[in-house]
Amino acid sequence: MTPILQVEHLHKAFGGVIANRDVSLRVPEGKIVGLIGPNGSGKTTLFNSIVGLYPIDDGSVRFQGREISRLRVPKIARLGLLRTFQQTRIYGGMDCMQNMEISTAHARPTLRGMFGDVPAAVSERAEELLQFVGLYAKRHLRAGDLSFGQQKLLEFAMALMNEPKLLLLDEPTAGINPTLIKGLVDRLRRANEEMGISLLIIEHNMGVIMDLAEYLYCLAHGELLAEGKPEAIRDDQRVIDAYLGAH
Amino acid sequence: MSPRVRTVSYLVFLALALAAPYLVPAIRTQMSFLWIMIIFALTWDILGGQMGYNSFGNVLFFGVGMYTCALVQHHAGLGYYPGLFVGMAAGAAMAVAFAAVLGWGILGLRGHYFAIGTLGLGIAAAEFAGGWDYLGAGSGMVTPLYPGVVGARETFFYYLSFAVAVATFITLRRIYRGRFRLAINAIRDDEDKAEAMGLHTTLYKTVAWGISAFFLGLIGPVAGNLIGFIDPRDVAFASSSYGVWMLLMAILGGKGTLWGPVIGAVVFHITQELFWTYLLGWQRVALGLLIMLIVVFFPMGIMGWVRERWPERFGQRVDEGTK
Amino acid sequence: MENLHILFQAPILSLQLLIDGLLIGAIFALVAYGMALVWGVMNIINIAQGEFVMLGGYVAYFLSVAGIHPIWGIPAAAVLMFVLGWAIYRTIIFRIVDRDLFTSILATFGLGILLQQLANELFGADVHTAHSGLKTWFLFDGMVTVAQIKVLAFAIALVIGGLLLWFLKRARLGQAIRATSQNARAARIMGVDTDRVYAMTFGLNAALCGAAGALVAMIWIIQPYLGLPFTARSFMIVVVAGVGNIGAVFVAGVALGVAEEFAGFLLGAQFQTAFVFALLVVILVWRRIWLSRKRRYLS
Repeated sequence: MTPILQVEHLHKAFGGVIANRDVSLRVPEGKIVGLIGPNGSGKTTLFNSIVGLYPIDDGSVRFQGREISRLRVPKIARLGLLRTFQQTRIYGGMDCMQNMEISTAHARPTLRGMFGDVPAAVSERAEELLQFVGLYAKRHLRAGDLSFGQQKLLEFAMALMNEPKLLLLDEPTAGINPTLIKGLVDRLRRANEEMGISLLIIEHNMGVIMDLAEYLYCLAHGELLAEGKPEAIRDDQRVIDAYLGAH
Repeated sequence: MSPRVRTVSYLVFLALALAAPYLVPAIRTQMSFLWIMIIFALTWDILGGQMGYNSFGNVLFFGVGMYTCALVQHHAGLGYYPGLFVGMAAGAAMAVAFAAVLGWGILGLRGHYFAIGTLGLGIAAAEFAGGWDYLGAGSGMVTPLYPGVVGARETFFYYLSFAVAVATFITLRRIYRGRFRLAINAIRDDEDKAEAMGLHTTLYKTVAWGISAFFLGLIGPVAGNLIGFIDPRDVAFASSSYGVWMLLMAILGGKGTLWGPVIGAVVFHITQELFWTYLLGWQRVALGLLIMLIVVFFPMGIMGWVRERWPERFGQRVDEGTK
Repeated sequence: MENLHILFQAPILSLQLLIDGLLIGAIFALVAYGMALVWGVMNIINIAQGEFVMLGGYVAYFLSVAGIHPIWGIPAAAVLMFVLGWAIYRTIIFRIVDRDLFTSILATFGLGILLQQLANELFGADVHTAHSGLKTWFLFDGMVTVAQIKVLAFAIALVIGGLLLWFLKRARLGQAIRATSQNARAARIMGVDTDRVYAMTFGLNAALCGAAGALVAMIWIIQPYLGLPFTARSFMIVVVAGVGNIGAVFVAGVALGVAEEFAGFLLGAQFQTAFVFALLVVILVWRRIWLSRKRRYLS
């Protein structure tokens, strides 16, 4: 079966700085894949290149078999490839329900689609997903007034609302209270198993990613250092060295 | 406010507004301008308040509508009323056409570049109109004489401007209820995020810009005929007056709300009439001062202030329980 | 555009336009650099920039009316405008330094209107020039005229620019200004009084505009409404040249001056201001398209 995401020999440089060099990775459909590596190794840059934010210098990115490296961000999003942001981006001026309601998948809007009221089915699903992430009670609060952790959950719920096929998550547990991390991991797993969403996750929390991911890629200095199953990566000396800084 | 109270207040307001020319005939023209100001504020707010695209150049559409109608009135060979109404329609259509063409380039600008770019547009329009002989260059154009007894003119244009204002308000109220408002609010709050979620941002931006242009292109002709002449710099494309007032009224009343621009327009118009009566030439100086004061000390506007004081009244609450 | 063929028939005219554009362009560059300074240091786009120029011009004009040669208007305007700029910072600007760019645009726009209308009420809307009494050089058989005052103004603009550069590089305050523009918080931690730096920068910018205004009054005309076009010019130059590079600002300023002269000649004087603002829009749109090709946005 074709992997849902196929990155081949991706190369991205900013002026003289090479952010990603010859990076290749694969996300099989329906699986959870992890992307780890020390700070500054080019993980977020890789995400940005995949979703179309940066034009890549060389290589190819294929989503569901289709080449997307020349497409723009909105087009790629509409194909079903979404991402969440490290700094968590939500619509601060609107309340949670509205954030959810505007996050549905967007076919080209008709007149009714553009000016009509929000369908009841959409509001229903929004409430269900808010319940799923535990924000139901807060659904009428202004999103900008939520705590950082709550905004992260909202962003996750909004992504689910969009019914993506592949979701790129950038450090989903960063800044979350440790007691709540297990709950988030559970939800990620359920999103993958129940809603069939493939996940590619950047994570620094080794406990979380070793538990969740079925396959790992490790980046260091913009290059792919190692790849393999979590148990193998955990014991890989090169990975350990990269994190501890020994060159 | 319960629906019944709301309906009654609307009806009372409607009755007063319709009777006004007979109750206080001396200020009919000023009241006509009140309706025009309300349209200014409401149309600005779609872009600036709801969508976050602060335009200094909306007055462009106002002037385009005004000139187009005058041209129709002079050259189409129709009677007064047909000429005026066809002219209004043409004005609105032309304004929307301008919006579609200019929007392609201008709507791609973000933040302060958009603001300054539209400022440039508005002033460039004034200067071009001021130099173009076909439009009467610096002297502008004169609109046709109103056929009717003395005094009927002010009443007619009062009702006409009131009608356009009501149409604008009702249209906006309707579209703000649905998905459109969510989309443009999302663009305001985080356009990059909206794009990353697959929203057709370009489409929504262009439509919002077009709606703004439509109503401005519709009221421009009314204003032009009310004033009686069209001057490129002071009447049609008065960027330093009308252009800035649009912004100011919406911000004063509370941008991003439906009633904010209306309240702002009322307060501003009354203030401005007082300035004019008591300060004469110095009113423009006072205007500059007012802008600074509002921007520095009262940027949330009246509705914004109200919303912060009583957030529960605007639906912001924590619900108990689960689904 | 009927004048286009005249340019081809008498190419010497192009030289005239070129020279005029070059000489006035230096002044544009000076004003633009001041705007870039305030933008870079305090993150404020000063829409009242042109009004500062206008007021400086009036200083020189009133001096000339009082019998003093307007050349003295340059330092006089610089000093007076510095004080005004510093005062404006202390009363208004310091409140908006931390806010978003749009707030600064709107607030300084209001300031601009205030100053413009004040000038209109106090000085009247008439157009004036501060006569410098200098002669004109006639070159190429009288086909090309070069007003001596224009050359002098050009030279003075260069001198002022040079002084400014020296100040920013060597003087303690100048270095503090540069440090603050690069990283305000770090500068503060290192003991720089950023508030004072901001006040000085704003005052310095006003002084620059004032001096430029005095030059403008001598080689051109002044009237209360010349502000916005100057603001538009400065903004265009800063957008094209970037905030840091004075060389680029100079080149862009001169290019704009030349473009304006040609436009004025080809389109007619009544469209010269229209050209300035239309060019502003064109530059912004073109630049956005160019950046979007590289998938970056002007924000």
